[in-house]
Amino acid sequence: MANAGWQRLLPSRAFGRFVGRRLVALVILSIGIVVVTFVLTHMVPANPALANLGQNPTPSEIRNFEQINGLNKPLPVQLGLYFEHLLQGNLGTSEVTNDPIVHDLGQTIPATAELAILSIAIALVFGVGFGLLAALRRNTVTDFILRILSLVGVSVPTFWLALIALYLFFFKLGIFPGGSRLSPADVPPPHVTGMYTVDALLAGQWSTLWDALRHLILPAIILAAANMGLLTRYTRSAVLEVMEQDYVRAARAKGLSRRSIVFGHILRAALPSIVTVIGLAFANVLTGAVLVENIFSWPGIGQYGYQASVALDLPAIAGVSLFIAVVYIVINFIVDVLYGVLDPRVRIQ
Amino acid sequence: MSLTSPPDLGVVLPRRYRRLRIGHPAMRRPLAITGAVILVIWVLAAILAPVLAPDKPDAVTSSLFAAPSSAHLFGTDQLGRDVLSRVLYGARISVPVSALLVLISMVIGSTLGSIAGYFGGFVDGLIMRLVDLVFAFPAIILALVVTAVLGPSLQNAVFALVLVSWPTYARVVRGLVLSAGNAEYVQTSRLLGASARQTLVRDVLPNVIGPVVVLATLDFGNAILLLAGLSFLGLGAQPPTAEWGAMVSAGTQYFQYWWMSTFPGLAIFTCVLALNFLGDSLRDALDPHGSWTTRGGGR
Repeated sequence: MANAGWQRLLPSRAFGRFVGRRLVALVILSIGIVVVTFVLTHMVPANPALANLGQNPTPSEIRNFEQINGLNKPLPVQLGLYFEHLLQGNLGTSEVTNDPIVHDLGQTIPATAELAILSIAIALVFGVGFGLLAALRRNTVTDFILRILSLVGVSVPTFWLALIALYLFFFKLGIFPGGSRLSPADVPPPHVTGMYTVDALLAGQWSTLWDALRHLILPAIILAAANMGLLTRYTRSAVLEVMEQDYVRAARAKGLSRRSIVFGHILRAALPSIVTVIGLAFANVLTGAVLVENIFSWPGIGQYGYQASVALDLPAIAGVSLFIAVVYIVINFIVDVLYGVLDPRVRIQ
Repeated sequence: MSLTSPPDLGVVLPRRYRRLRIGHPAMRRPLAITGAVILVIWVLAAILAPVLAPDKPDAVTSSLFAAPSSAHLFGTDQLGRDVLSRVLYGARISVPVSALLVLISMVIGSTLGSIAGYFGGFVDGLIMRLVDLVFAFPAIILALVVTAVLGPSLQNAVFALVLVSWPTYARVVRGLVLSAGNAEYVQTSRLLGASARQTLVRDVLPNVIGPVVVLATLDFGNAILLLAGLSFLGLGAQPPTAEWGAMVSAGTQYFQYWWMSTFPGLAIFTCVLALNFLGDSLRDALDPHGSWTTRGGGR
């Protein structure tokens, strides 16, 4: 049985071609992303030399700065240099932290990853659950309440929700900490992944794990609000579509249990449509992260990108947007392939 | 088929479209009515702000951080300005500016989308690759870069948001023009001797308008959220402008005076919620299949 299941997943020729086409598109799009990022951060009215050298730099200082950063060369040459550096894993140096951008990203990405993963997990559990419930109780009061809840989720300003949650749960009730990743008294666990919860778990530091979780849960729930609304809606319509199919009626007619019909037949068939939203959910989490990390003093990539853009730290802005865009299209690529795995009809096109 | 995600709004586009009728049953449902009423209230607040507001939005008084009371219903802020007045005047920025933003995105996106769908070939490829490229960035990241590079101001924030939101319309309109162009009734109309313009205006356009209106309504809410978000970050409207996002942002520094950020945030929330109530009901009216209102599962 396990063997048969595995064989079904083995890539067929059509599937291989499907993945190949997607891979080519992925590479082309990545090159496009680099060009766009480059153009955006290099064709600026603001003069980076002046922005970096402070008040009244001498002409020789400016020339020197431009020499070092290749700013005196024509744009296409600069673009070529940029690609060359990228291939060597060099994103340049931040003008604010004076560290290599790759190093800064390495510091901030795990913090955001931890937050994003937990948040999407929360949104998936509640969104899919609510959507399923709404579809099964179609046109009842439950359905109506869930509809309003999902609309509230996508309508509430994340930054405002974060403030209210902080005011209530930190300032008034004192149930949750007021920001950052750990209490000041706690030392970060030994660095493995950079995600404090995972690292604490690996090191067996239970009190640190608990502390990290307590700091993580409030921002994660707030970031989940919009995605929960989105997933409720998608799941509901996907499930409704499936419920009308003949084989569901057949399963009901032959007397299968309700549980088996709902989870084995309906949810299984609705899954591909739900999976397609995950790329969108990721974009939503990042949008929220830029705002929420700011409020929760969470040292993640959202806050880093925001600070870079305020300080006009162009190499850092380019690095952040490049990284996020590439992760985003890779996630969409994985979603596409997953969709092909879950729904074989997609492969033959 | 493209690598990037579906339109940025969580719009589940229906497979078949119905023409939009305002008298449709779905439009009379409580949600649509609630949405419309709240929206009308905000539009009225924006228009009548000078009459309704107890104070000028930037009138400084000596009572700083006054809690909500009969003198100041929503309290006062760090400069002693009346929060209620500022929230009312704030509607004069968020509502019309976001509407303008949506309108510009809609016009640019729909035009490019119909050009792509109508002409096909090289033009189509070029426009759609551009769309793919913009979609490859999460909207906030691109908006962050653009506002940072151009300098923080309300105009630049709007420009940045137009830049990230036109592709949604382009993609949807292109698809609609393509599918309408291939539909049997359009082919028939052509065979019967209708001119290209007649076909476009009489048969293709009505099929495109409905979904675009739904999209624009939902995008309107999204635009308000993003614009307020950019202002919250200090990249949009600048102080002392009475803008909702910027007001919430000011409140973050005076955490204990909850009214400073709660009321402007509530304004954003109700405004966006109203638009989403309305957009959601419109979507139902347009596509009864799988909607939240139709009864029974008949196909």
